[in-house]
Parts: sequence; C-alpha cells; structure tokens
Amino acid sequence: MTRYLVLLRHAPLMAKIGVLLIALYAVTAIFAPWLAPYPEAAVVGPKYQPWAAPHWLGTDALGRDVLSRLIYGARNTVGIALVTTVLAFLLGTTTGLLAATVGGWFDTLASRVVDVLMAIPSLIFALLILTITGTSVVALVLVIAVLDSTRVFRLSRAVAQGILTMDYIEVARMRGEGLGWIVRREVLPNAAAPLIAEFGLRFCFVFLFISALSFLGLGLQPPTADWGSMVRDSAKLISFANFSSWNAATFGLAPLLPAGAIALLTLAVNMVVDWVLHVSSGLKD
Amino acid sequence: MSKLLEISDLKIEARGGDGWNEIVKGVGLQVARGEVVGLIGESGAGKSTLGLAAMGYVKPGLRIAGGSIRFDGQELVGAPESMLRDLRGRRIAYVAQSSAAAFNPAWRLIDQHCEGPVRHGVMSRAEAQAEAVALYRQMRLPDPETIGFRYPHQVSGGQLQRAMTAMAMACRPDLIIFDEPTTALDVTTQIEVLSAIRDAVRDHGSAAIYITHDLAVVAQMADRVKVLLKGTEVEEAPTREMLANPQQDYTRSLWAVRDFRPSPRDPATSAEPILRIENVTAGYGALPVLRDVSFSVARGRTVAVVGESGSGKSTTARVIMGLLAPSQGRVLFEDQPLAAPGRQRPRDLQRRVQMIHQMADTALNPWHRVRDVIGRPLEFFLGLRGAAKEARIRELLAEIELEPSQFIDRLPGELSGGQKQRLCIARALAADPDFIICDEVTSALDQIVAEGILRLLDRLQREMGLSYLFITHDLATVRSIADEVVVMQQGRVVEQGPKDEMFTPPHHPYTELLLSSVPEMDPDWLSRLLEQRRAAVGKGDAA
Repeated sequence: MTRYLVLLRHAPLMAKIGVLLIALYAVTAIFAPWLAPYPEAAVVGPKYQPWAAPHWLGTDALGRDVLSRLIYGARNTVGIALVTTVLAFLLGTTTGLLAATVGGWFDTLASRVVDVLMAIPSLIFALLILTITGTSVVALVLVIAVLDSTRVFRLSRAVAQGILTMDYIEVARMRGEGLGWIVRREVLPNAAAPLIAEFGLRFCFVFLFISALSFLGLGLQPPTADWGSMVRDSAKLISFANFSSWNAATFGLAPLLPAGAIALLTLAVNMVVDWVLHVSSGLKD
Repeated sequence: MSKLLEISDLKIEARGGDGWNEIVKGVGLQVARGEVVGLIGESGAGKSTLGLAAMGYVKPGLRIAGGSIRFDGQELVGAPESMLRDLRGRRIAYVAQSSAAAFNPAWRLIDQHCEGPVRHGVMSRAEAQAEAVALYRQMRLPDPETIGFRYPHQVSGGQLQRAMTAMAMACRPDLIIFDEPTTALDVTTQIEVLSAIRDAVRDHGSAAIYITHDLAVVAQMADRVKVLLKGTEVEEAPTREMLANPQQDYTRSLWAVRDFRPSPRDPATSAEPILRIENVTAGYGALPVLRDVSFSVARGRTVAVVGESGSGKSTTARVIMGLLAPSQGRVLFEDQPLAAPGRQRPRDLQRRVQMIHQMADTALNPWHRVRDVIGRPLEFFLGLRGAAKEARIRELLAEIELEPSQFIDRLPGELSGGQKQRLCIARALAADPDFIICDEVTSALDQIVAEGILRLLDRLQREMGLSYLFITHDLATVRSIADEVVVMQQGRVVEQGPKDEMFTPPHHPYTELLLSSVPEMDPDWLSRLLEQRRAAVGKGDAA
C-alpha cells in the first residue's frame, strides 16, 4: 500500500488530477444521502427554477432539485457502471486466460460463443433481452456485463497467448504446476497492463452504454436519478433556451450538467489509466 | 594523411531515474581510410553507443554531452539533421547485429537495398539493382540474380547478414560500422559471413569499425583493436601487438577466459549412467526432428551435445523434460522409463531433473521477485515454508554468489544478464536435483560473464555430484567443461565419445567442420583456414 502512495507522490500532475477527481466522485457517490440537500425523487419546488438559492442548480420539469439528483445520479450511474465493468472483467478475463492456457475444445467452444455474441449489434441485443426480461437493475447489469465480457475475452486471450510462449511458462509446466498457478501467478501479472488500460476504456463505454439505454428508456427507470436519463429529459431544453440573461441561460445549460459529469469522469479515469499503464510497463524494463 | 574519422573526448549520457548518467566517459577513436578498427568489451562497455555515435547518432534517451566527432573534416556533433541524413547510408553505413530484426519483413531484399542509393541520388533504380546483384555475388550469396527478390523470412540468418552487408555497401561508403554482425550465428555460418565481409571491405577499400565481444573474431577482422570497459578506454594497439602482449590486467583477463579448465575428476565415480536415451525418434507433426538418437549421461559427469542450429539439440532436451513425446524409443532415468508427458511423472522425478534455459530474460517471470523465483520450487517440491524457506533462499543466493540481503527483493528487470542466469541456476538448484539440462546457458552472455557461470556450474557439480547435459554450439565451452561429447547433425548423432578423443583426429567430417570453424586467437587463422578448405576442395575435384 505504501508503495502505491510513494508512486502517487511522484505521479505526473494529470494523474494526480485524475485521482483527485475520481476520489471526489467516489465520495459523492458514497455519501450521497448526506451531501444532497433534498431527497432524490421528491418534488420540492416549482418547475424550471433558475440557478439560485435554495436550488443552486435549479429544478427540473417536475420541480425536483437538480443538484440532489446529480449527486444521487453519481451513486446510481457510476455504481452500476463500476459493478458491470468489474463483472465483465471477471467473466472475460477468467474465460479468456483459461481458453488460452487450456486450449483445445474449451478454447474453440468459448471462442465461437464469443464470436456469435459479437456478431449481434450489442445495443439491439441488449434492447431485445431487456424487453424480454424487463428492466430491472440486475438484468441491466448482467446483460451489459455479458456483452462487454466478449471484448475482454478477446483481449485477454490474445495477450495470454503471447505470454504462454515464454520460457517461464515452460519452466512452470516442467515443475508440474497446476492450471490455477499458471493462470494466476504466471500469466495474469504479465497481462495486467493491457487489461488495466482496457478496464478504463471499458468502464467509460459501459457508462455510456447505460446512459444510451436510459436515454432510450430501457436503462434505469424513473424516478431513480441517473445522468443518462437526465440528459434525455432536459436535452430538448437547449433549443428553447434564451441566452440573453443569466437566469434564462441556466435553463439551456441544464442538459450540460449531467453530460459534463459523464465527460469529466471519463476523462479522469483515462488520465489515471494512462499513468497506471506507464508505471506498469516501466517496471517491466 | 588526415584521418577519416576522429572522435575525441566523447561523452555520452543516458537519462536515468535521477538525472543524466555518463555511459561513455571521454573516449577517443581514430579511423584512417581503409583501416578496420575492432572495438571490444563486455556488454555495457559502450561499444554500440560509440559505434552509432560515429554516424552522429545516439539512441533515444541518450545525448552527447561533450567532445567532438569529425568525419572527413566535418564536425558531426551539433550538425544539422539534413547534413547527417545526407552522410548516413551514403558515406557511413551501419550493419546491425540482428539483421532479422533490422530488415523490414514486408519488403523484398532488393527493394530495401536500392532505397539508399536511389534516395541519395547516387544511382538510378536500374543501376542500383544491377549493382545489388554484383554485390550479392561478391558476398557469395546463392542465386545472386534472384535472391534479392525474396522477402527477409525466405532466406537464412547467415544469408540475411550478408545481404545486409551488401546493402551497407550499396553507396560505396567510406566507413561501415559492423555491430556484432556474427554474434547470433553459429560457427559454420559465421565463417562464411566473416570471410565475405572481410573480402568485401578489402576490395572496396572502405574503412570499418568492427564491434564484437569475441576476441577471436576481432583478431581475424581488425587492423587495430580498442578495448573498452564501462565507457572508458582500457587500451588500444595494432591487433598482433595486442594479442601477443596485452598491457592491462583487464585485457589479459579477457584473453584468459578461453583457457578455463574444470577441476580434475575422480575417475572412480564414472561408471553407472544416470540417464539413458534409447533410439529416440521425435518431431513436430509428421516430420521427425530427431532420428534414432541414443546416448547416456554418467552420474556426476557432463555430457555436451553440440551441433549447429536446427540439429535437434534443444528438441532432445524437450524430450527428456517430457514436453515432447517421442514417437519411438524411450528415456530412462536410473533405469526407470520416464513417462512421456511430463505431467504424468511422479513429482519426485520432476524434482530430480531440472533444466536451465538459454535466455534467462524469458525464463524468468518479470513480475516474480528473486524471493519467489527461488522460493516456489522450495515450497512446491520440498514443502518448505516460513523461516525454513527464507533461510534456504538465502543459502542458495549465497551459493550462486549473489549477496542475499541485496538481491532477495529484486525483480528480474533489476538484474544484469549474468545475474539473471545465476538466478535460473539457483531456481534449478532449489529443487535439489540430480540431473540438470543446461540449454545454451552461456551463449547469450559475453565471455567474462559466461566464464563465471561455467566456473559456478563446475563448482556446484563438484560439491553436489550433479550430472549435466550441456547443450551448446560453442566448442570453446565444450572444450572447457565436457567429459563426453555428442555431435548432432540434422537430428542424428554423428559422433560421440570422451572429450579427449573427440578433440584428437581422426574426426567424422562434420565434427571436423565444426572444430575447424571455431575462431582462434591467431590473426592468420581465417586466411589459413580458407586456404586449406580451398585446397581440399581442389583436391576433391582432381580426384
């Protein structure tokens, strides 16, 4: 742990900013009920209020406090995206590394299943499944995780195949090491760098995917606050906005708030991933 | 006459974790027109950096901190890139160590050959092609008219190295820099490349800088030799003078490496064989790589398996380790047959037969610390844990002459090439084996480091009664450590017997070829050898 703190102290500025932003998002998500001035789904005032006290970011079409919904949105959107990405990686990495290491029929079977899944456009596929299962959070997470794990599978399998040609794998096999040791201790650490980079990227895509589904009405369901549906609900306001005075302008800026929150987090994650990648590849040399 | 190349007091720095570290510390080098200067030294001596600097080039992460490089009167330090680009390829050419990595795999050889002369405006494309064929002929490449139209992967390593030399000569440069051009080749191929390079340099009157860590090679090629150590100059003299009478201790130690002899053996312990290979035929797919191979290794002895690349040496090792199942024949360890897939062997047998790989770089997991590398076999085979394991790791580190407290927490990336190979030896020793296969363990190392490894292996054998199967293509190594020799060619054993017998005539013709191809320190050796071979061919034709 201290090693990572030391590393962080020597990290470039961009990485520090990224870590700081992610920490900020995390704190917001975890302590949302205490930080938000109003409840998540309660109507607390007139609709379409400008940005002024007590509603610092105004209210939406139903008169709910936008700041509170943004704060709760961090918890819902980021939390679900994170759980989904972690699940996708657990599934994809495990099967990918196993397929490469075991080879034979397992590899063929797993690869063909993944090919079939990848052949279907993922958004259409997700829409189809979610229409059948209904739009619960569990179904959402599982569907996106399975769809996303195909790309993780491809990547981890390809990376592992390169690693498996190395002599140290031969040494482990000659020693009679079991599958678990070879995958976990010999292959995984060497595959970590590209997988971490992919994690950052995947996280952003999952995030956007959930937002896209929410935008289409099949993601998180109202009244749960999430950034994707907040963008959808307020998107049309831009065209009606009048930028002649500050009060009127805030009306048009409403959709930019959740969109900005998504963009900023995506940026922060990528800044940290870049640095992690740099550090882990640097250790290899 | 002014010198062609004059480097004086050159300082080159590398970017490190804490600022810039000097890696070439004020070295001078002069090359006259038509002169061949050899640069020798162990790895990390700054030979390649100095060689590249002669073109006014340093690798990324390096910078020239001081001194001057004058080529034909022009200062290259701080010269504009356009001027340097005009010089490189046209007047100064470079031949890289690994031509397989230096050629672009997507282009035909002749396209790459012609690019230089055409881009520099020296020749038209048609002239350059005609010239290329002439150079290929001069480099004694087979089918000079058509070989240029092949892709790099379609020709052998030795041919590729000659094609690269031909390419370097395309613009008739005044100076060619050869960076270890034969290090990756086996001895019989090396001869062809060396003689082709030497004749070509002589005929064209080019000057050359010849970088190598092999003294015997430099003795054949260079008029003058310069010895480098850790970025400083040790000594410089005409080749013959240097060979006959080295002035510095370091140079003398370089010379002495080749004279390493193992401790005398106790003849009483020789009798029973620990490992026997009986009529093994094995291969990948339908084509057998090994054909009816039989030999045995006596307890406490070293058997060397020699042959050029592709002769089946490493495949033999894979069969013994159980990584490749033989299609016929069997392997016996203490008269017990070894099961074909190694997984089916009892763990105790897996423990007793260990292997050390050629490339320590790829044989060590870059993410396992020294402690884990040695600790794992201790835990896996001997069930050691906690303090007992820790104590044994330290013992083993001391055994391989690495200071335990200093090295135990390092990653492989923080070790030098020789230290990595020692670590691989410690990993093999950790299993407490009786029999170790050493697969070209010294061929990736320079001579001083390699000698240290050989001494270590010899001492361990004496102390622990280990038996070695030593796979190598380097006959100097065989001469120093083997008790018995097995010569392989194209998957067959062509000759085998005690070392002394093998090194005294009469030989099998292939053994003869291998033996005579090992460079000697005598500067006249290559000329004499080529003369003899020519005479032999002449006689053969007459008869």
